[in-house]
Amino acid sequence: MEKYSPPLAILGRTTLLFLLFFSPLSALGSFSSSSDLRILSAEKRVDLTSSIVRVYLTLKVENLGTSHASEFLLAFSPTEAEHLAIIKASSVEGKRKKKAYTLSVSSTDLVDTPNGARLFSVSLISPLKTGDTASIEVLYVLTNLLEPFPAEISQAESQLVFYRDSAILLSPYHVVEQMMYVRTPTNKIESFTRVNPTDRAGTELKYGHFHDQPPYSFSPIIIHFENNNPFAVIEELVREVEISHWGSLQMKEYYKLKHAGARHKGVFSRLEYQARPSVNGASSFKQLLAKLPPRVHSVYYRDEIGNISSSHLRTDYSQSELEIEPRYPLFGGWKATFVIGYSLPLEDFVFESPAGQHYLNLSFGCPLIETQVDSLTIKVMLPEGSKSPRAAVPFSADHHLEKTYSYLDVVGRTTVVIRKMNVVPEHNIPFQVYYNFSPVFMLAEPLMLITAYFMLFSACIAYLHTDLSLVKT
Amino acid sequence: MGAKTGSSPSVAPLISSSDAASPLSYLKALKLKTKQQELLIRVSVLALVYILAFAIRLFSVLRYESMIHEFDPYFNYRTTLFLTDKGFYEFWNWFDSESWYPLGRIIGGTLYPGLMVTAALIYWALRFLRFVVHIREVCVLTAPFFASNTTIVAYFFGKEIWDSGAGLVAAVLIAICPGYISRSVAGSYDNEGVAIFALLLTFYLFVKAVNTGSLAWALASAFGYFYMVSAWGGYVFIINLVPLYVLVLLVNGRYSMRLYIAYNCMYVLGMLLAMQIRFVGFQHVQSGEHMASMGVFFLLQVFYFLDWVKYMLNDPNLFHFFLRITLTCAISVGALALGVGMATGYISPWTGRFYSLLDPTYAKDHIPIIASVSEHQPTAWSSFMFDFHILLFLFPAGLYFCFKRLSDATIFIVMYGLTSMYFAGVMVRLILVAAPAMCLISSIAISATLKNLTRLIRAKDKALQMGSSRGTTSLKSSAKASSVDQSLPYQKNAAIALLFGAFYLLSRYAIHCTWVTSEAYSSPSIVLAARGAHGGRVIFDDYREAYFWLRKNTPLDAKIMSWWDYGYQITAMGNRTVIVDNNTWNNTHIATVGRAMSSYEDEAYEIMRSLDVDYVLVVFGGVTGYSSDDINKFLWMVRIGGGVFPVIKEPDYLVNGEYRVDKGAAPKMLNCLMYKLSYYRFGEVTTEYGKPPGYDRARGVEIGNKHVKLEHLEESFTTSNWIIRIYKVKPPKNRCDSEDRMKTLAVVTTGSPPLGLRGQKKAVNCNL
Repeated sequence: MEKYSPPLAILGRTTLLFLLFFSPLSALGSFSSSSDLRILSAEKRVDLTSSIVRVYLTLKVENLGTSHASEFLLAFSPTEAEHLAIIKASSVEGKRKKKAYTLSVSSTDLVDTPNGARLFSVSLISPLKTGDTASIEVLYVLTNLLEPFPAEISQAESQLVFYRDSAILLSPYHVVEQMMYVRTPTNKIESFTRVNPTDRAGTELKYGHFHDQPPYSFSPIIIHFENNNPFAVIEELVREVEISHWGSLQMKEYYKLKHAGARHKGVFSRLEYQARPSVNGASSFKQLLAKLPPRVHSVYYRDEIGNISSSHLRTDYSQSELEIEPRYPLFGGWKATFVIGYSLPLEDFVFESPAGQHYLNLSFGCPLIETQVDSLTIKVMLPEGSKSPRAAVPFSADHHLEKTYSYLDVVGRTTVVIRKMNVVPEHNIPFQVYYNFSPVFMLAEPLMLITAYFMLFSACIAYLHTDLSLVKT
Repeated sequence: MGAKTGSSPSVAPLISSSDAASPLSYLKALKLKTKQQELLIRVSVLALVYILAFAIRLFSVLRYESMIHEFDPYFNYRTTLFLTDKGFYEFWNWFDSESWYPLGRIIGGTLYPGLMVTAALIYWALRFLRFVVHIREVCVLTAPFFASNTTIVAYFFGKEIWDSGAGLVAAVLIAICPGYISRSVAGSYDNEGVAIFALLLTFYLFVKAVNTGSLAWALASAFGYFYMVSAWGGYVFIINLVPLYVLVLLVNGRYSMRLYIAYNCMYVLGMLLAMQIRFVGFQHVQSGEHMASMGVFFLLQVFYFLDWVKYMLNDPNLFHFFLRITLTCAISVGALALGVGMATGYISPWTGRFYSLLDPTYAKDHIPIIASVSEHQPTAWSSFMFDFHILLFLFPAGLYFCFKRLSDATIFIVMYGLTSMYFAGVMVRLILVAAPAMCLISSIAISATLKNLTRLIRAKDKALQMGSSRGTTSLKSSAKASSVDQSLPYQKNAAIALLFGAFYLLSRYAIHCTWVTSEAYSSPSIVLAARGAHGGRVIFDDYREAYFWLRKNTPLDAKIMSWWDYGYQITAMGNRTVIVDNNTWNNTHIATVGRAMSSYEDEAYEIMRSLDVDYVLVVFGGVTGYSSDDINKFLWMVRIGGGVFPVIKEPDYLVNGEYRVDKGAAPKMLNCLMYKLSYYRFGEVTTEYGKPPGYDRARGVEIGNKHVKLEHLEESFTTSNWIIRIYKVKPPKNRCDSEDRMKTLAVVTTGSPPLGLRGQKKAVNCNL
């Protein structure tokens, strides 16, 4: 992870300073190589309806240069880069909307950008020829960006947050025409920065059109609006997957849940909460929904001190839904921890590759819908005796190997540990763990038990047939 | 016998043996088989009983979940967790700063470690064998596991005092006896769970030692005693019952070398071993409760010495003279030593708990904190019936059989039965100690009766079948039976009828036990279950809701004040520091909390400030109708508080000797802290259809003070059914209102923690 030195709060207050630094003049011409491209039209849609910020960009790029362009750069302010969870990009062919984000996006290490703007490059499938245009759709997700203000609220108040962005698209290229839409959850917007032209209609704010903006243009805006959606943040999630070739996959997920919204202050009155929960406790949440694979069984939901008796499981052939309630409603700053465990049939998740290897195919990410995970660890415990494990994760993540001991394990199970920070629902895509396993090892544990019983009985027989007394009677 | 009959045909001529020996050898094979069959039946019955004893205790797990029950088990669980986490050495030296704030508690020196060490050993053993169990599972199943083991001990004990039949019956009876189950269901992770096993084992080994005179058995019983001492304070029962038994044997003229060996070895070794337990320490030589055993020990030496002198002197007159002198000297020396010991304080007097055992009314007058515990109440007849069922009238029958065949062993069981019955009558919880004795004595009654009846029936059958030719087996008994046979008409029918009667009784017992276990003794009392309006099961999980909220959403060093009942649970589940808990070692501290709860808010605030209290937790059943809440316990807080601080007077809270919370309640009652915290904003709640708001369902009245205003506290959390309410103590206002408060705070803040408490008391007294 890259460190960014000034704390966020300071950043927020010094937007004016930023405005100066990011002024169009100062940035002009610093990137000569990229000025070959220009953006004909840009449309930015910001979705603020949940605690996670999603931005959809639709760009039309034109190559003005003399050579083919095989990649295309996206710029982010340092704050955004800090909170960036995932970027996906796709090229639009024809009119058909295709939602598969296929283009690969990678972080660049170009440092000589104005004011530390971070650049990400999108590799195009077919290089853009001179004079050609291409449409690119980009989705990026930002977490922990909405700042509650006021930072502490009482039970009856609803939660207001700040959103900071630039009305003008930050880009290393010249932008001919652009537009920005911001969607808020309710039409209660306390204040927003007006940049000419700005338009507000219900839950939507429009900024633009802006014409002919030079590279690295920046026009800071602040939107202060109501957002009572659950700010459910999993501070830490550990998912343990135990593979048993006898036919099941045991999942155990340890959650550390937090309400990351405005902190609760003062009294919590159960009376008021029970009487009118939508008013007195609007910012709180008491229910979470987990989407589990179909054919799930033996589900449990508990914490350090025992079962939590408020959960419902609905299963059908396409998916299972587990509705869970923490022991108490969560107000701002309150925390809860819990464990969800379940079993899955092995044949749905472990397959054999053409090369003769076994592989586990499982969804990454967190089963709870619309929650962000600050730190996710997946531990895949392969059966005892498996060899040469290899993890294939579609995005960058740390992994290493461990040994764990489960029932009747002698040499221990090879465990593949995958760690990733800042995980959002967009990360719920399958990943694979390949390993070699010979079925002979399945017999080790039953044989061990049989031997133990055999020894026990033979010891009994031996004991009954020996006379240990010192004196013959 | 088999060898003899087998040898005779081999001597016989070959030709005759070929047709005569074949049925004989067949019979011989069959006979050997029946012996094996008997063994097989016995072993399989024992195995089944072992499983049954375990299985019947799992009701609680099936009905609720695998969890720790009640109050004390939470402390045991917490300490076991600590032990498995940090190892024995850390555990032994553990100073717990999370309880009894600001005094703290030396855990290693103030607990019986037997239970925790046992559970930890089981846990480590299972871990070693690569069973990945959680320590909670081990703790939950420890009590049923030891109950199963107790059945095996009961079998051997029964076999020792009567015969193997009685042993089997005893094993069956004790496996399902409700009096024992009540404290050994899965999850009831308490000292008693292993202690009853240890108790019975010690007794069995001691009786075995007395019967055999073997040093090995005496040694084993000393170790059994050591285990008992390490597990439960009830070991005092053993150390008094065994000397009493020895004394009775001496008085009866049953003194023998066997007894001498058994008692001396058991006492000396047991005492030395018991001293290794820090909580017990030198009590065996210093405490009044243990003096009986020491006295009997010396008495035995005197006996032995006299025996030897008698043997040496060979002259009755001289011996009598010598006897007189020796006895006078011994008694006077003993009395003098005891008197000096008592006077110098070397020998401590009897404790209050011990007194309250001997005199049931003692606690009520002198120690309200002991009397306030529900399990220390004298036992009602109904609970005897509930816990023992048919054993209650089989017990006298068993005593009759014991007296009929008096031996050292039966004398022991008779004494055990009678003394424990007395104690069971004094305190409800001691029914547990009486349960094994009841089962053993009843098993003698059942076994002897059934044996007599079946013998009658079988003897008659045999007599009818064989006529003149008698079987070789049970010649004497059948002869005796046939002689009785002639004297009584309809004997066989009567015997069969009686057999059916016994069968009916025993099956009623089994049904009763199962019912009691599933209905009464399997509730964890943390999770409350009730029937909903539509007949469904409604679960009130408010305790854990509140404790978990404390655990996750309060500062790590927050101090929680609550009545002492919830102390263990708060530290174990809430993981926060408490002011007082169920280890009621400091009456003054508890009285301070009781005083805070029964004072006006501003007075209570001073006390709470001086104790650094951050949160106050009260249990309130007015919304759900849960009756064991703090308002119903409140009079005990007043009494205990008033016992130390005379400013709290019980009559202030009563109206004409009546305890009420409605409009007619005493003004002090309506404005004390406990009332305010329980009923804060309750006046706005409609709990039942057709009743006015503020209708308390636990007491069935409309509350008297509906406009409770809190000044120094604010509501922090209330659980979904209002059973637990937590209030935050607000920090003091910036400016002091009066000189007094300034002074109080100054006194309190200058002292170090324990001194601070003393300062607080002084300060508060000055204030008033």
